[in-house]
Amino acid sequence: MPFPQALNGRAARALAASAMLLMAAASEAQLRLDITQGVRDAVPIAIVPFGGQAEGATTEVASVVANDLRISGRFAPLERRDIVAQPTSGAEIRFEDWRLLRADFIVVGRVEPDASGLAVSFELHNVRTGARLLSGRLPTTQGGLRSTSHRVADLVFEKLTGLPGAFSTRIAYVAVDGRPPAQRYRLIVADADGYSPRTVADSTEPLMSPAWSPDGRSLAYVSFEGKASAIYVQRLASGERVRVSARAGINGAPAWSPDGGRLALTLSRDGNLDIYTLDLASQTLTRVTTDDAIDTEAEWARDGASLYFTSDRAGSAQIYRVALDGERRAERVTFTNSYNARPRLSPDGKELAMVTLDRGGYRIAVMELASRNLRVLTTSTQDDSPSFAPNGAMLIYASRERGRGALAAVSADGAFHQRLSSDQGDVRDPAWSPFPPRG
Amino acid sequence: MKTMHVLAVALIALGLAACQKPTQTKPDAGAAPADAASTSGLGSEGAAAGGKSTTGAALTPQQQALADLKQKSVVYFDYDSSEIRSEYLPVVAAHAAYLVKYPSARVRLEGHTDDRGSREYNVGLGERRAQTVRRALLAQGVAEAQVTTLSYGEERPAVEGSDEAAFAQNRRVELAY
Repeated sequence: MPFPQALNGRAARALAASAMLLMAAASEAQLRLDITQGVRDAVPIAIVPFGGQAEGATTEVASVVANDLRISGRFAPLERRDIVAQPTSGAEIRFEDWRLLRADFIVVGRVEPDASGLAVSFELHNVRTGARLLSGRLPTTQGGLRSTSHRVADLVFEKLTGLPGAFSTRIAYVAVDGRPPAQRYRLIVADADGYSPRTVADSTEPLMSPAWSPDGRSLAYVSFEGKASAIYVQRLASGERVRVSARAGINGAPAWSPDGGRLALTLSRDGNLDIYTLDLASQTLTRVTTDDAIDTEAEWARDGASLYFTSDRAGSAQIYRVALDGERRAERVTFTNSYNARPRLSPDGKELAMVTLDRGGYRIAVMELASRNLRVLTTSTQDDSPSFAPNGAMLIYASRERGRGALAAVSADGAFHQRLSSDQGDVRDPAWSPFPPRG
Repeated sequence: MKTMHVLAVALIALGLAACQKPTQTKPDAGAAPADAASTSGLGSEGAAAGGKSTTGAALTPQQQALADLKQKSVVYFDYDSSEIRSEYLPVVAAHAAYLVKYPSARVRLEGHTDDRGSREYNVGLGERRAQTVRRALLAQGVAEAQVTTLSYGEERPAVEGSDEAAFAQNRRVELAY
């Protein structure tokens, strides 16, 4: 039950006051994705232009698939100019040609008319053995060709790595333009490769901390409209918005429980920041921490039974964990470095990403929970807001570049780095979506 | 009553759908009334512009006192600290004296941080700075009802830049009337 089905009177009035239908996708400056540090052992793969598509078609399936595999860091797609033959089915592949080009794998396919509109057929072969590893046929439409191409990339990636591909996922982030104090804040949702950015909220006051519902259909976020912070939950398809917390003081750091029924959030009702949980259907608020320190940035354990959070109760920011039943005594989780904040759990629940103060710089690190071994993944000095891809392979985070906020991504092993930059203004506060629902 | 709510939702949804615009975050009916969104407190350089705009007409003693106060309405802080540095104690005392003299006056304390570290943690740090100034005002006789606090964390820098000079100007509490 990821979205409150029954709204009580207060929530219904808030909805009436702010309900909006989101229609046309606003055209926004797109993020440009550049690989800043590649990996030497990326697997060479040939993605042959698909049959049934003219060169320069609006959405070339092969280009989208090749770009997805390239930005995963694990594959090195052959350059288009090196692709001399254009087989569109397995029977047409002359494997010796592709062995000469040193491709380990090859993807071929075609786009054909279909009862529903279009269909994309594709095959993945091992170049050395000639074996067909995967084939499929996905019905689509002209408008759906890009998302179908991401799906092909997902399936190829999963077949070759054992990890589900995350190319059909999205990212939410905040873009800010203008100079203080006259700034404009936009909450944007884009495809994971930076395409199709769409503004979902727009304000002259700060927007921050977007958090995806577990079903990927809603975002919770903080807005300072009306010169006070409040937490909103917004349905992406319809744009309808519910103000779920606008209590006196701070309303911040929303995080969804794994079942989508509750939000953890930070309130400062008595001038001191503490963590609470809010049941979205019943609006029941439960206090979790009571310490006389800054307690914030909750993250749910995968079983929903405990929360990780940031607290400076020991003098500087560190990460703690508290069980939601029993005495709620918090145990400290981080001990390396003098500042560790903003915990984010890996999809398998075994690792915790965070911001750590490492040799004078605020950097992204991942700690293995069992061993407490901390790996620092980045080298800049002002990195924050790490967020795992739902397959755990990459993290997106906020960084700074030439004095402006930029997004960047790094593989979970720290070997592969990319940058997502915007031509205008600052971009910050990224959150990677869960996998889309599969019907 | 229930029907009217449903109707209201439907009408609003229809009316706004016609605009075909992304959600504009206007203040909700339930939120405190907002003044113009662009008038968010004072920059760190003081309020020279605010003073000019009121010259010409004769000022009441309270207006004059407020204009004087606005020349010094920002308290700056050390890195990761929420202690009021001694050179800013007179600033806080001047605001306290004004608020005690004019009990109908209201001040909004806006806490801010530099942009290093985690965003939501910085919201907490900004709140703690605002609370420190609030306690200092209350200790000097200001009534609780005269003071509200708000923390923007690192979201509303006074100046841009990633050097210590910029960081120092951004770690602040603005006293806004």
